[in-house]
Amino acid sequence: MKIVVGEGSCGIAAGARKVRNALEALNTGASVEIGVTGCIGMCYLEPIVDVYGGERGTGNGERLLARLVRVQEKDAERIYKAATTGDLSGVEDLKIAAEDEEFLAKQTRIALRHCGVIDPESIESYQATDGYKAIAKILGKGDGQGMTPEQVIDEIKVSGLAGRGGAGFPTWFKWNAARNAKGDEKYLICNADEGDPGAFMDRAVIEGDPHSLIEGMLIAAYAIGASKAFVYVRAEYPLAIVRLEKAIKAATEANLLGPNILGSGFSCELRIKAGAGAFVCGEETALIESLEGSRGMPRLKPPFPAEKGFTDKPSNINNVETFANVAWIILNGGAAFAAMGTETSKGTKVFALTGKIRRGGLVEVPMGLTLRDVIFGIGGGVREGRKFKAVQMGGPSGGCIPESLLDTLIDYKALGATGAIMGSGGMVVMDDRTCMVNMARFFLDFTAKESCGKCVHCRIGTKRLHETLVRITEGEGREGDVELLEELCKGIKDGALCGLGQTAPNPVLTTIRYFRDEYDAHIREKRCPAHECAALRTFSIDAAKCKGCTACARKCPAKAISGAVKTPHSIDATKCVKCGACAAACKFGAVLQG
Amino acid sequence: MCENCSKSDLTKLAAVFKEFEGDEHALISILQKAQEIYGYLPTDVIYAVAEHVGVSPAKVMGVATFYTQFRLQPVGKNLIMLCKGTACHVNGADSIAKALQDELGIGDGETTADGLFSLKEVACLGCCSLSPVMMINETAYGSLTPDKAREIVRKIKAEGAAA
Repeated sequence: MKIVVGEGSCGIAAGARKVRNALEALNTGASVEIGVTGCIGMCYLEPIVDVYGGERGTGNGERLLARLVRVQEKDAERIYKAATTGDLSGVEDLKIAAEDEEFLAKQTRIALRHCGVIDPESIESYQATDGYKAIAKILGKGDGQGMTPEQVIDEIKVSGLAGRGGAGFPTWFKWNAARNAKGDEKYLICNADEGDPGAFMDRAVIEGDPHSLIEGMLIAAYAIGASKAFVYVRAEYPLAIVRLEKAIKAATEANLLGPNILGSGFSCELRIKAGAGAFVCGEETALIESLEGSRGMPRLKPPFPAEKGFTDKPSNINNVETFANVAWIILNGGAAFAAMGTETSKGTKVFALTGKIRRGGLVEVPMGLTLRDVIFGIGGGVREGRKFKAVQMGGPSGGCIPESLLDTLIDYKALGATGAIMGSGGMVVMDDRTCMVNMARFFLDFTAKESCGKCVHCRIGTKRLHETLVRITEGEGREGDVELLEELCKGIKDGALCGLGQTAPNPVLTTIRYFRDEYDAHIREKRCPAHECAALRTFSIDAAKCKGCTACARKCPAKAISGAVKTPHSIDATKCVKCGACAAACKFGAVLQG
Repeated sequence: MCENCSKSDLTKLAAVFKEFEGDEHALISILQKAQEIYGYLPTDVIYAVAEHVGVSPAKVMGVATFYTQFRLQPVGKNLIMLCKGTACHVNGADSIAKALQDELGIGDGETTADGLFSLKEVACLGCCSLSPVMMINETAYGSLTPDKAREIVRKIKAEGAAA
C-alpha cells in the first residue's frame, strides 16, 4: 500500500503538508509507503490524497484504489487505517465524486502527463514513465541510430509545436535560426518567469515534473548546438526552485546533464537563475538583460536573440510548457502531436482556470475545443449559480471575451480575432458582479506599475490610460472619455518598443468593444451595473424585508444606519461611506444596492 | 557616506562574493543573497557590492530599485504579502486590503511602529484557486474574507505579545 499526497504550492497552502506530517507521525513502523506528487490540477479539491494498492515498489503495477479530496489533518488517522487494512469503508465520505472525476477524464495531458502522477523529487519515478528515453533515442543510446540536430528540428516542425508562452511563434523556426546563427558558443534559455497574474501552469510543471523540463531543454540544446543552458525562474516560486535544483543534481549524477552525456560526446550544463520580480522580464530581451545582472529593460529588435542574445551570443528562449512537450513529441512522433488541434494550432494547451469558476485548476486540452467546452464542460461553469459575464485570457496582454463568443475555438488565430490572445494560459472567469471598467483599470494599474520606463508611449501612455479609467470608475467620467481611451490605445500599440507596451491596451480595447454599455453607464449615468465600483454604489433598506435586527447598524463604520429594534432601519446617504458592510451583515436580503 | 548611514557587518558579504567568484553577471544573485543576510539592502552594503563587482553604486541602486524583490528599508517581523492578482481581484482582494490596512493602521509598503508587521501588495502568488490569498512569511492563507484576515493578524499579534 502507498499513500501519496499532492504537494504543489496550492496543495501545501491548503494544508497538504500538515496532512502528510500527520500521516508520517502514524507510520512509525513504516508499514505503508508515504510519498508526494506535484500538483494534480484539481486545485478546488485540495488537499488531495491518493491511496494506491498492489505490490509495493512495483511502479506501474500499482493501481489507484481511492482518490480522497479536501482532506484535513484530522482525517489522517482513518486514512492511515484504511491504507494499512485495505478496508476503505472508513473514508467513503472523502472519496472524489464522480462528476469531479470528469474534470481529469475530459482532458488530454501531454505537457502535464506526469504532474500529479510521479514523485517530482525522484529521478527513478520519472525514468519509470519513459523519462530520459527521448534524449537517449536522439543520442543513439536507446533503440535505433540516433537523430541529427536537423532531424530533431524537422520532427518539431512536423509536430507544429508553437511557443506556449503566449506569442505562438513556431518552435522549430526559432531552433533553426539559433542552429544556423554563426558563433561557437550558443545559449539555451528557459523562460520560467511566469508573471501573468492568474497563471500558474509553468509553476505546476516545474513543481510536478521538473525532469521533463530538463529533458526538453537537453533536446533543444542538442538541436541548436548549445552547451550552456539557463532556467530563469520567478523568485516567487521557491518550491519550484528547490525541486528543480534537486532534479538538476540527480540528472547530473546520472550523467544526463554535464559533460559527455551518456557517453555520446554531447555536453550540456544547466543552471538556475532566480528572477527578482519584474513582469517585463517575461519579454525575451529584457530577460537576457536580467540574466546579465542588469535592469530588465527590453532591447531593440532586430537583432533577435537567435543572432545576439545572452552576452551577444546566439541564444534561444522558450517557455516551460513548450519544453515540457518536446520529449513526448520525440518519443511519439511529431505527427501524433499534429494530429490534435486545428489547421493553425497543433497539439494541446494548458490553462489555469480560475476566478468565479466552480471547478478551478489546471486543464490541458487539445487545441480546437471551444472556450465553452473548457469553462462549462470541464470547469462546471460559474460558481454559486451566477451568470457568466466574460473570461479574461492572456493576462495584462490579453482581453475579456464575452458570453456571445464562448464558442470561439482554442486556436491562436481564432482567439486573436476576438481582440484577446491565447496567452500563456491564464483563464479568469467573471460573473455578473465583476465590473468590466474596473477590470480594465485593474490591468492598467498593473502595466503602468510594471512598465520599465524605457519608451515614452508605454511609460506615460499606460499612466494616462490608468488615470482616465480611475476617473471613470470614481464617477468623474466625461463624455468623450471612451474615444480618448481608444486614441491613446492606438498610440501606445503603434509606439511601444516591446510586447508589454504593445499589448497593454488590449484589456481596455476588448472591454470597450464588448462592454461599451458599462462604460456609458459609468460616464453618463454615474452608475456601476455590477455594483462593484465603490464610489458609484448606493445602499438603501427595503422596509418590507427589514426585521429591525440591528445587525447592519452595528456593523456600519460610519454610523449611517438608524432605527429602533424590531422596526425597519434606514440609511443616511450623506453619512454612508459605501463600504457594503451592511449588505454583508444582513441575513434577510433587505439591503438594496443601486 | 554620511554619519547617519547604516553600519552593517560587511564581513558577512565575503562568503557571498566567494560563491559567485568569476561570474561577471551575478549582480542580482549577489543582491538576493545580501538581502537574505541583512533582511534588506542597507546603503553601505550597496556600496560594498558595487566596489566588489566593479560598477558604480548608481548602477547597483538602479538594479535594486528596478526589481520588486529588493527592499531598501528593513521590514517587520511578519511580512504580509497580499495577492492582487486577477483571480484575487475578481474574488475581492480590495476588501481584504482595506481590512488589513484598517486593522494594522498602515498602508501598502509600510511597517507598523512596533515593527511587527509590514504590508506589501504583490502581483500574483500563484495560488489562484484559493483566492483571495495572502502570504505571511512562508505561510499562505487562502479563501480570505475581511473578517478572516483581521482574525489571522490579531492571532499573530497575540502570539507576538505572549512570546
